Amino acid sequence: MKKRFLKPAEDPLWLRLFLGSVAIAFIAVLLLLPLALVFKEAFANGVSALWTAIKEPDTLASVRLSLIAAGIAVPLNTVFGIAAAWCIAKFDFPGKTFLVTLIDLPFSVSPVVAGLIYVLVFGAQGWFGRSLADHDIHILFAVPGIVLATIFVTFPFVARELIPLMVDQGRDEEEAAATLGATGFQTFLRVTLPNIKWGLLYGVLLCNARALGEFGAVSVVSGHIRGVTNTMPLHVQLLYDNYDYAGAFTVAALLAMLALLTLVFKSLLEWRYADELAAAHRH
Amino acid sequence: MSATGLKLFPLRSRHMLPGFRLSLGFTLFYLTSLVLIPLLALVIRPAELGFGGFWTAISTPRVLASLRLSFGMALAAAVIDSFFGVIIAWVLVRYRFPGKGLLDAVIDLPFALPTAVAGIALSTLYAPNGWIGSLLIEHGIRIAYTPYGVLVAMIFISLPFTVRTVQPVMAELGLEVEEAAATLGATRLQTIARVILPMLGPAVLTGMAMAFARAAGEYGSIIFIAGNIPAVSEIAPLLIITKLEQYDYAGAAAIGVVMLAASFVMLLALNGLQSWAAKRR
Repeated sequence: MKKRFLKPAEDPLWLRLFLGSVAIAFIAVLLLLPLALVFKEAFANGVSALWTAIKEPDTLASVRLSLIAAGIAVPLNTVFGIAAAWCIAKFDFPGKTFLVTLIDLPFSVSPVVAGLIYVLVFGAQGWFGRSLADHDIHILFAVPGIVLATIFVTFPFVARELIPLMVDQGRDEEEAAATLGATGFQTFLRVTLPNIKWGLLYGVLLCNARALGEFGAVSVVSGHIRGVTNTMPLHVQLLYDNYDYAGAFTVAALLAMLALLTLVFKSLLEWRYADELAAAHRH
Repeated sequence: MSATGLKLFPLRSRHMLPGFRLSLGFTLFYLTSLVLIPLLALVIRPAELGFGGFWTAISTPRVLASLRLSFGMALAAAVIDSFFGVIIAWVLVRYRFPGKGLLDAVIDLPFALPTAVAGIALSTLYAPNGWIGSLLIEHGIRIAYTPYGVLVAMIFISLPFTVRTVQPVMAELGLEVEEAAATLGATRLQTIARVILPMLGPAVLTGMAMAFARAAGEYGSIIFIAGNIPAVSEIAPLLIITKLEQYDYAGAAAIGVVMLAASFVMLLALNGLQSWAAKRR
């Protein structure tokens, strides 16, 4: 019998089998089982029941509100991300590291605290609560509050993707364009944007997924008015708490589909355009 | 206005590229109005209670129990995730097997899946009549509607942080050190325990800190499975919402400030860890 010698930096077969099984079992039980359950429950009563549950007016209203919130929050945070990355990557100024830390701050704040701060500003007992009520402006328990909370929790996504990428790419190309007489806008459009487009898409993709799926922060400012201020995740909670499990899992399956699509596009970007993403996402 | 701008940033005149003031101005305006001022409202609000009032607000048994639960379980979840995260990262970096790309992509599921969806799925799965819950209940183990439900949800939500922090560092480890250890007579397990794992130290700690921070603040995936029994399985973020619903803004803000302070400490610790890791490279 020929004995196969291991390379010095290779694990023995038993260890490979053992660690491989542990990893796969852990992922299967912890991550895949919940996902499978969502789809199983959603299709439990057949496709026609699923379709009826989706066409329910309150469900459609929640889909619309989620799209509105993401439709405002994602473009705003994208513009912010580009502006922040532009000034941080292309210029030197004091306090830059501190600014980057502040931009990351919303990620380390609990979503509930994110909702809470807007209640403290705009709530009935909040800073501007009285004057807003006098002018009959509704921010809390209305769409603007939901948009604000969504902006907060998705704040850093685009910026933190673009900043390391643009810092890596340096300033030479832009400076060359400027020397050759390009205006700032031309430089950005023709030089910078082609360099960062996949990284930008990556950030927007993650930002959008979080914006549509945010629960905690939006929950605090929403007021849970059925068909009016319920986003899709909040509608899941409402249906679940009312023991409408089929309905809850139907909306949940829609959100899970969205999450899976996000993961597919994300993996595709990491695989196909790895060199044009921030270093942290290169596999 | 422009005069002060010049004084604050004397380097400006040397910039070749345009748009510095516009981009920095917009960045600061957006950051200040949407993040910093609202956060300031949170920090200022408990001040109206005074120090004594603040202390009374956060030292009630119910609040203390919720903070202990949130931070205690978050620590446990971070440790468990770090253990399995290192194994998963090792398998993904070092082994080759079919379906590896899929396994790698699935790790980010907790990032992408809305927390409410995770919450109702975990709750149904671990309930006494659920797929996993019914197996465990035969052995007298209850997960859903107990503090362990909180732990399970936290383990779920924080796993990607540990894997994704360790994975790139592991991929960069050169094989030379391991080969040297093997040549000098170390067994494979000795090499892993005494050569490889110590080199991963900073990355593992960073991942653990991020997992802890995320788990401590988590709300959506927990409230469905926790049962939310006051002083038993009620997490701090939920108590904030309860206090808001009772119009106890100052009380809610007091808990919020404690959680925010914890986030700051974690952020500082992470910065420290990262500069430590950079020095060790």
